[in-house]
Amino acid sequence: MDFSPIKRITLLLFLLLCYEISFSQQNDNSIPTINQRVTDGSGSLSSDEINSLNKLLFDFEQETSNQIVVLMIQSLDGMSLEDFTLRVCEKNKIGKKGRDNGVLLTIAKDDRKIRIDAGYGLEGALPDAISDQIIRKIIAPRFRQGDYYNGIKDGIEAIILATKGEFKGETKRNSKNVYSLGTIIIILLFMFLGGIMGGGRRRYIGSRGAFSSFPWWWGGFGGGGGGGFSSGSFGSGGGFGGFSGGGGSFGGGGASGSW
Amino acid sequence: MKKNTIILLSVLGGIILLGLMLFGWVTGMYNSLVKSDEGVNQAWAQVQNQYQRRVDLIPNLVEIVKGYAAHEKEVFEKVAEARASVGKLQVTPEILNNPQLFQKFQEAQSSMGSWLSRLMAVAENYPQLKANENFLQLQAQLEGTENRIAVERKRFNEVVQEYNIRVRTFPTSIFAGMFGFGQKQYFQSEPGAEKAPKIKF
Repeated sequence: MDFSPIKRITLLLFLLLCYEISFSQQNDNSIPTINQRVTDGSGSLSSDEINSLNKLLFDFEQETSNQIVVLMIQSLDGMSLEDFTLRVCEKNKIGKKGRDNGVLLTIAKDDRKIRIDAGYGLEGALPDAISDQIIRKIIAPRFRQGDYYNGIKDGIEAIILATKGEFKGETKRNSKNVYSLGTIIIILLFMFLGGIMGGGRRRYIGSRGAFSSFPWWWGGFGGGGGGGFSSGSFGSGGGFGGFSGGGGSFGGGGASGSW
Repeated sequence: MKKNTIILLSVLGGIILLGLMLFGWVTGMYNSLVKSDEGVNQAWAQVQNQYQRRVDLIPNLVEIVKGYAAHEKEVFEKVAEARASVGKLQVTPEILNNPQLFQKFQEAQSSMGSWLSRLMAVAENYPQLKANENFLQLQAQLEGTENRIAVERKRFNEVVQEYNIRVRTFPTSIFAGMFGFGQKQYFQSEPGAEKAPKIKF
């Protein structure tokens, strides 16, 4: 590396400037940091209901590494729904890094607005049209009756089904086939890469601590493989409190709706 | 004589060392500009992808609206015109350095977006179209695409900002011009819209 003092100073100044810029972009207090899979800032759900939803999402994450997060807020306070949810996704990095398998379900109670955001990695299994249907046909009708719990619960279950390629909606979308084909290609790719990288990889896969190094499909979809994921990996061992984003990214895909 | 040789060699060595350091420094600067420039090109490609995605939705959209409102000729014509204009645009990274061409690009895409909104708005007068499941799906896809466009534009602007700062700050600024790295254009937000146009009613 170069040790010119001028370059060092320039680099330092540049880094400070970048830090300033990135700091000011992200230091937005109206964008919540998410610590639970289900956050209700509007008081619409009882703690039992929140626990039950938390368990549902925790189990799903354990099984597939997909991170679904529910955020219910009282009001957007004039902010645009899509702008708000994108910032929440970016700030909390929902989904696993590299797999980008996060989903954010946002509800703004006063605005009566719902949005589902799908990470890059789930855009195939949960395309915009499916998210739109889930909102229109499952979540919104229940919300209209004031049933927030079942609206969210059934919505989550539909999202889960979609990621497994089983939610058919009401059209002839070939989402299931696309999902399977993509999966097969990814498997073949990993097998090919595994072959190149040789035996060292095998030992790593066997180790329990290397959770984040698992290919996302290992032991996940189709119920194959069995439990390579340790339940302690989410901080406090005793259960499903505590969420932290895995570094996933979003491209703005998803759908919005209202009730 | 030996002493003089040593002094001479030392000075020579010092000059060579200085020269190498300078070379290393300038090379580093150039390479970081290249990296940053490529980052911008990549972000630009992402923006293009999403604009293309929008264009790809048009045939299905036009078809379904025509199925219910065939005589709304003006909208169909304007959408076709806008689509043709957008198809003729120069989209190579060169336009990122050219304010006029970039402006032209933005205006053509903005016009495309407006006419698509008008196309969707036609359904307001045709309840059967408005309730048609295929239409609703296409509407969801179009909205999703508009949002993706907005996101990629935002990210593009962020990358361009980093690049422009690099090009403008001292001492890189001295060499940037020499190496042919100019400032690049930003997407301007459209007046009255801070996000993608809301198409749903």
